[in-house]
Amino acid sequence: MIEHFLVGLALLLGLVGGYLIARSRRGGRRSERPEAVHQILLPFTGTEISRRALDAALRLARAEGATLMPAYLATVPKQLPLECAIPGEAAKAMPMLEAIEQRAGAQGVPVDARVERGRSYRHALERLLERESFDRVVVPATASGRTGFSGEDLVWLLEKAPAEVLILRPGPQDGRIVTAAANGRL
Amino acid sequence: MAELSPSRETSAEGGRRRGRYKIFLGMAAGVGKTYRMLQEGHAEADAGRDVAIGYLEPHDREETTAQARGLETVPRRRVPYRDVVVEEMDLPGVLNRAPELALIDELAHTNAPGLVHEKRYEDIADVLEAGIDVFSTVNVQHLESLNDQVAELTGVRVRETVPDSVLGAADEVVLIDLTPEALVARLRAGKVYPGENIDAALGNFFRIENLAALREVSLRQVAEDVESKRLVHSETEPVGTREERVAADAPKAVGERLLALVRPHPSSQRLVRRAWRSAQRLGTDLDLLWVKSPGKPIQGEVERQVTALRQLASVLGATLLIEEHDDMVAAVARVVRERGSTYIMVGESLPRRGLARLREPLPQRLMRATPPGVDVRIVAHRSLKEGES
Repeated sequence: MIEHFLVGLALLLGLVGGYLIARSRRGGRRSERPEAVHQILLPFTGTEISRRALDAALRLARAEGATLMPAYLATVPKQLPLECAIPGEAAKAMPMLEAIEQRAGAQGVPVDARVERGRSYRHALERLLERESFDRVVVPATASGRTGFSGEDLVWLLEKAPAEVLILRPGPQDGRIVTAAANGRL
Repeated sequence: MAELSPSRETSAEGGRRRGRYKIFLGMAAGVGKTYRMLQEGHAEADAGRDVAIGYLEPHDREETTAQARGLETVPRRRVPYRDVVVEEMDLPGVLNRAPELALIDELAHTNAPGLVHEKRYEDIADVLEAGIDVFSTVNVQHLESLNDQVAELTGVRVRETVPDSVLGAADEVVLIDLTPEALVARLRAGKVYPGENIDAALGNFFRIENLAALREVSLRQVAEDVESKRLVHSETEPVGTREERVAADAPKAVGERLLALVRPHPSSQRLVRRAWRSAQRLGTDLDLLWVKSPGKPIQGEVERQVTALRQLASVLGATLLIEEHDDMVAAVARVVRERGSTYIMVGESLPRRGLARLREPLPQRLMRATPPGVDVRIVAHRSLKEGES
């Protein structure tokens, strides 16, 4: 009888101990979680983005459990204050960000979007680099120059970005683009 | 014509009645402001009034020149400026001629140095003070408050601006409306600019999207002008018949203001995008509100997300409000009353757990706490449908 009692007590102590150890480990992991965000930046301009670049960024984000940060780069004319409202640019950016978020949502990738203003695309990118932190940047290099950035912009990005820069080589699928939800999906 | 307030009936000296002021507003050159001004000038002259053209700028447009025939024109004043002689409105000449109604084109014009006033709208103010009625014209991009907006929309900034108070002081503002397509057709037909300038104009300022944006700005400007004048009237005694008053009250029923409830989290950006889109469609202002729990510092990831929201609000021209309150519904109700919000937009709630399941859902609580007539809209998360790419 006493033996049964001791065995039961040992089991109970074991369960309680195990629970306490597991809880402390969980708490420990939480407190050890780094403050730095784990993000993949996908800068783009205009009303379309390379489907290949978006897919690559989403693939990476999903594999690494990262957040995708699509960033619309807007240019503000020199005669306007840099921090002014830009409804015209916003009208292009918002449906694009919505389209990207929907695509990311379908793949289970969290999104934290941005719109950054600058006097030029590079200036906007520079301001974004100052403001945000991320681990990777995905940019398409296209032969057509329709989407993506110029060669000079890419060189600049490689020098300045405090992150791994993934430049997608121009490819036959560059014609596939994700366009703004002009048909009212927003 | 609208009734004039007593302050407009008499001048500062208390004797002479101030002239009535009518402005023909257009979205761009070529919509027909000057033509319509001349048409109405003829109608006034036919009705027996003494009408004279104070200044006309026909821009070599045949139709405009033809329309001016039969109306007396006060000779222009020739002003030497640098190596040339420019022609300006002769203010003393108009005042000496003292017609009952003066037609004075392009009120935003900047006079040559050496004249009494720097701007033509200041000349017009003198003419009105002399008891002369004035018809004048202006394009919407010349209005000071809209200058930035129009420059952003069209990429073209005009230097000759006029204070919005000029439009506000007018007894009547007539919008000369034309569809962008019709204006482009007029341009192509050579009715706006000479042939050699047409292609350049079509490729720059006169793009359909520019004109559509300018048209929207013009329509909104006149709607706001109507609304402000209605409010001025409503502060005094009732004006017009009952039917007219009911009709005048109609804009009040459609005056909307949106309030989106956000939190410092990326998911709020979706809500802000939808709210902004709705605000654009309604042509109204957007406020973003985050009700923050008292005592919690804004730091780390929260600070980063608040900065992102602030940036987004700035890009969109929205206002981000941060209220510290332990009762979110009470805080929202107060902001709704203060800001005159008519729509509240909220995101989808997180799944409720535990005792929270027993609580009334947020939209219902908001409906009860806010004034009647305030709609609450839940913004759903939209994902791509299966098979969509």
